[in-house]
Amino acid sequence: MQATAEVRRRVKDTPDNTDHSVHQLTAYTVIGVIALIILALLFIFPLYWILTGSFKTQQAVNSAVPVWFPTGDTVTMRNYNELFNRPALTWLANTVFICAAAMGLTCIAASMGGYALAKKRFVGRAFLFSMFICAMALPKQVILIPLLKELAFLKLHNTLWAVILPTVGWPFGVFLMKQFSENVPGELLEAARIDGAGEARTFIEIVLPLIKPGIGALAIFTFITAWNDYFLQLIMLNDTRVLTISLGIAKLQTELSTDFGLIMAGAAAGSVPIIIIFLIFQKFFTRGITMGAVKG
Amino acid sequence: MTSGAVRAPRAVSPAMRAAHRRENLAAYIFMAPSLLFFLGFVIFPMGMCLVTSFFNYTMTDFSWIGLANYVEMFQDAIFGKALVNTIVIVVVSVPVTCMFSLWVASLIYKMKDVHTSFFRCVFYLPVVTGSVAVTVVWKWIFNNYYGVLNYVCKNLGLITRNINWLGNPDYALGCIITILLTTSVGQPIVLYVSALSNVDHSLIEAASVDGATNMQVFWKIKWPQIMPTTLYILVITTINSFQCFALIQLLTSGGPNNSTQTIMYYIYYNAFKLSRYGYGSAMGIILAIIIALFSALQFKLAKTDNG
Repeated sequence: MQATAEVRRRVKDTPDNTDHSVHQLTAYTVIGVIALIILALLFIFPLYWILTGSFKTQQAVNSAVPVWFPTGDTVTMRNYNELFNRPALTWLANTVFICAAAMGLTCIAASMGGYALAKKRFVGRAFLFSMFICAMALPKQVILIPLLKELAFLKLHNTLWAVILPTVGWPFGVFLMKQFSENVPGELLEAARIDGAGEARTFIEIVLPLIKPGIGALAIFTFITAWNDYFLQLIMLNDTRVLTISLGIAKLQTELSTDFGLIMAGAAAGSVPIIIIFLIFQKFFTRGITMGAVKG
Repeated sequence: MTSGAVRAPRAVSPAMRAAHRRENLAAYIFMAPSLLFFLGFVIFPMGMCLVTSFFNYTMTDFSWIGLANYVEMFQDAIFGKALVNTIVIVVVSVPVTCMFSLWVASLIYKMKDVHTSFFRCVFYLPVVTGSVAVTVVWKWIFNNYYGVLNYVCKNLGLITRNINWLGNPDYALGCIITILLTTSVGQPIVLYVSALSNVDHSLIEAASVDGATNMQVFWKIKWPQIMPTTLYILVITTINSFQCFALIQLLTSGGPNNSTQTIMYYIYYNAFKLSRYGYGSAMGIILAIIIALFSALQFKLAKTDNG
């Protein structure tokens, strides 16, 4: 055991003969890493500013000299009290419902569709697949006008389903699940068929367990995308009952343009939950993005 | 013997045909849910978009006007301005996003796993935070009186008096592009990190044994191998930049004096503020065509670049 570790370590540190290039690399890397850390701080700053801003008093946010960190008499809970009176909890509940429903439906529809595209040979398969790919390259916001009319006709305008249904229709999920289903060994499916398992049983007992990581990736991806799909929500939902957290923040911004403390509290309520979800499921999410890349 | 060989397939064929039919039926049953949503909420509205673009379609009117919407568009000065701004945004942000994320990825992909995922997360944060939350905090940062940017720039001696960043036609579009960049590098970095880790290691070792410099290794070995990823990144970044909307709507509403007007915002303005659905649809069709052309162009360039 120790011997293998030793060998592995030695293999890792082999380039003794390319000492020169290693030194070059270090100098370049050190400067690069310093630049990287500065940039990382700049990328974190807006989030830091949201979080600290949400606890600042009106006086602190509207001062010409910025308060870098709220302490003592610049700290207040007023922003959050105001926010949850507005009622931000309803906005959050609506958003969670949209994301959960879109996630569930997308996972069901896409895992079935992706499996069929990957493993079944049927009439029209190539055509359908190229249609899915082409649709992904098109700007989805372009179709919002007819989509609004269609959902109004279905009497779904101003209901949460007006945002859920179009999200499920987006072909990325089917494409992603096709990528994952390709890896299901054909022999397994064949063996199941010979054993007399029906299509449904084969799918549930053999395919689903194998593509579970893919479903995980798709689930988290759909959840985050739906949470942040502001344009779709803006078009479909304008009744106060059905506002989402994104629409709520936008509303705060238009109604009270310089009450930055309250607006930041809204931004914090809208972003902290989804950031936590992202951090927990980061590994799935990264895999989803990588597998979803159309190669070539 | 010969006749038997001819008859044999015929004898099997009804069974095979039945198997085929079963396979087709099963496939379409599996496809049904996704196909239903896809046809209902993507393909059908897309078709309707094309149809309504030939109509004068408002709250009160729905009448065929042929190509009049398209003709009006090319005489509409604001549409022209929006088109130019959109193309400026795309032409600046796509290459910058691509190069920046490749640079970050090439620095972090060799680090320890913890560090790689830390940086990957940090650069992905603005995407997860959401366009609205990001936009409102930037609106505050850029604020003329209370914004931290003016304070910092004054203290560093870069400017002498406060600048109204978003209210000044000279700066507004630049500000929009900056924010857009922070929200678009996350995904490309993830993709590049995975592509760079998958580059064939034996080739790199062979090249360094032969005395190739780091630069040579990068351009001759890594760059061709990550080309498909680059292409994919170019296409998705182009689509995202063309569709930049929340930033415009919440920061400037296209102003001042249409200096940040983009096609996407102008479509929204016409369709949902002026209720000119037909005109909005026509612009949507043109936008889709422009995006398709850009993507095709990138594919072509990438192919010739690769030899």
